[in-house]
Amino acid sequence: MDNLIQYLISSLSLGGLYALMTLGLVVVYGILRLINFAYGELVMVAGYGLLLFGNTTLAWPIVALLSIAVAVVAAVVMERVAFRPVRFASASTMLITSFAVSTLLQNTTLLAISPRPQAVRLPSFFVESVAIGGLRFRVVDLASLTVSIVALVLLSILLRRTTIGLALRAAADDFTMTRLLGVRANHIISAAFAISGLLAGIVAIFWVGRSSLVEPAIGLQPVLIAFIASVVGGMENLKGAVLGGYLLGFLTVGLQTWLPQALLDYRNAVLFGIVIVILLLRPEGLIRPAYSRERR
Amino acid sequence: MPLLLVDGLHVRYGAIVALRGMSLTVDEGEIVGLIGVNGAGKSTTMNAIMQVVRPERGRIEYNGASLIGLAPEAIIRRGVAPVMEGRRIFPGLTVEENLKLGAAIRSDREAIRADIERWCAFFPILGERLTKPAGTLSGGQQQMLAVARALMSRPRLLLMDEPSLGLAPKLVSEVFTLIAELRDLGMTILLVEQNVRKTLDIVDRAYLVNTGRVEFAGTPDEIRQQADLEQAYLGGGREAGGGRNASPSASRLPPPASARTSIRG
Repeated sequence: MDNLIQYLISSLSLGGLYALMTLGLVVVYGILRLINFAYGELVMVAGYGLLLFGNTTLAWPIVALLSIAVAVVAAVVMERVAFRPVRFASASTMLITSFAVSTLLQNTTLLAISPRPQAVRLPSFFVESVAIGGLRFRVVDLASLTVSIVALVLLSILLRRTTIGLALRAAADDFTMTRLLGVRANHIISAAFAISGLLAGIVAIFWVGRSSLVEPAIGLQPVLIAFIASVVGGMENLKGAVLGGYLLGFLTVGLQTWLPQALLDYRNAVLFGIVIVILLLRPEGLIRPAYSRERR
Repeated sequence: MPLLLVDGLHVRYGAIVALRGMSLTVDEGEIVGLIGVNGAGKSTTMNAIMQVVRPERGRIEYNGASLIGLAPEAIIRRGVAPVMEGRRIFPGLTVEENLKLGAAIRSDREAIRADIERWCAFFPILGERLTKPAGTLSGGQQQMLAVARALMSRPRLLLMDEPSLGLAPKLVSEVFTLIAELRDLGMTILLVEQNVRKTLDIVDRAYLVNTGRVEFAGTPDEIRQQADLEQAYLGGGREAGGGRNASPSASRLPPPASARTSIRG
């Protein structure tokens, strides 16, 4: 029972993080049909924000907020500079553009800062644990669990209750028709990228927090996880992204907890094996679009 | 000065020429039909007016100003609203959300609310299903939603592309009744239709389009009197569309890829 609760907390914590990562990827894909592989670099940019601002005398919450803001700005600028010129080019042109942006940002960081991992100053709660009802939990797990759920609820309110949220949902369904109602394409796409950057920034804090280190390739794993989770959950749909993220979190922690010691090295092989089986059974992902329609 | 002027318009999709010198005018308060067989270039004309496809050459002027090179969203903001072929409602959003999006260019919240009530009174079924996903509506109801959504922007000119397409005969009559009612409200409408007989019953003037240009223009009576045209292009049948093989370009043009690439941001 105790094990189970601890497993649940760890899974919800990691799964929440994965869900935010995946949403950041899918919110852009839904509108531009672009899998933005430079998304990981938004995590990296926020990570270096933590390093940079962490070396000042600013209070840590300010450092965290500034780092998230850096990711938001980087995302909007990325769209403006790299993706807007190729917006209506083929899907493969946009995909290759995203690889180019990713490579460029990683190598710029590598040359300008350092190829080596840098230690980031983090507040003590990242390594502390608390006892609740006789069980010990890592504070950072509880924090990321809470933050991810709050972020998901706020995002859901944004999408359901606001005008821009309504436009985003419509554009994800039929972008051209949304424009034919007078909604400005640039506004929607900028908003989608800003949300993507915001999620990447939040993810970065906990992702960097796991090792207290930041390096140029730190965004690689988040973008891969987000990609796999979005394929499993269903590319078309934000609920699918959340579901895929949590599922991947539960599987990862579950395998880590219950795989025999000898098999632990093959954790990822088992994980991806399960992913393949899911995709064989449901090639469109777990959540299919309710009203499927052709791409326009 | 006409409200809408299209002059010498040429459009091609790759090697396929869709429009070769299309010309028409729509005056304020008029309801004008654009009729002809499948593939004649009617929908392409509409897509060119909305700048969803880019014309090779020719003029498109609305209220005296050129629309060429504008983004679709800028054209809506000038007072033109399209009801696109296939209805293009957002099936996952509620009826109310669809209507709200129709008012995307407006910011007068109170008046938007009043307009939603107005169109729900006009189309009672929409009022009843306001909070339901639009995808749960029937084809005819979706068409009403598409029209109501377009009207939410308070357009000066309404473009309607094949509003009767794919509807059961009874619903087709309902849609034409609706267009007649909109005419009585004083709307200016350019109506693209394959259903020639019903269109001629409600329009002030019509253009008969064939292979990318106007074949004949006139009042409904003048067009009906052209018995030869009736034979050649109207197919003589109850529903037009029997002339599928009437022209070499009669195949449905493939809009998705080409249309998408031609939209500018």
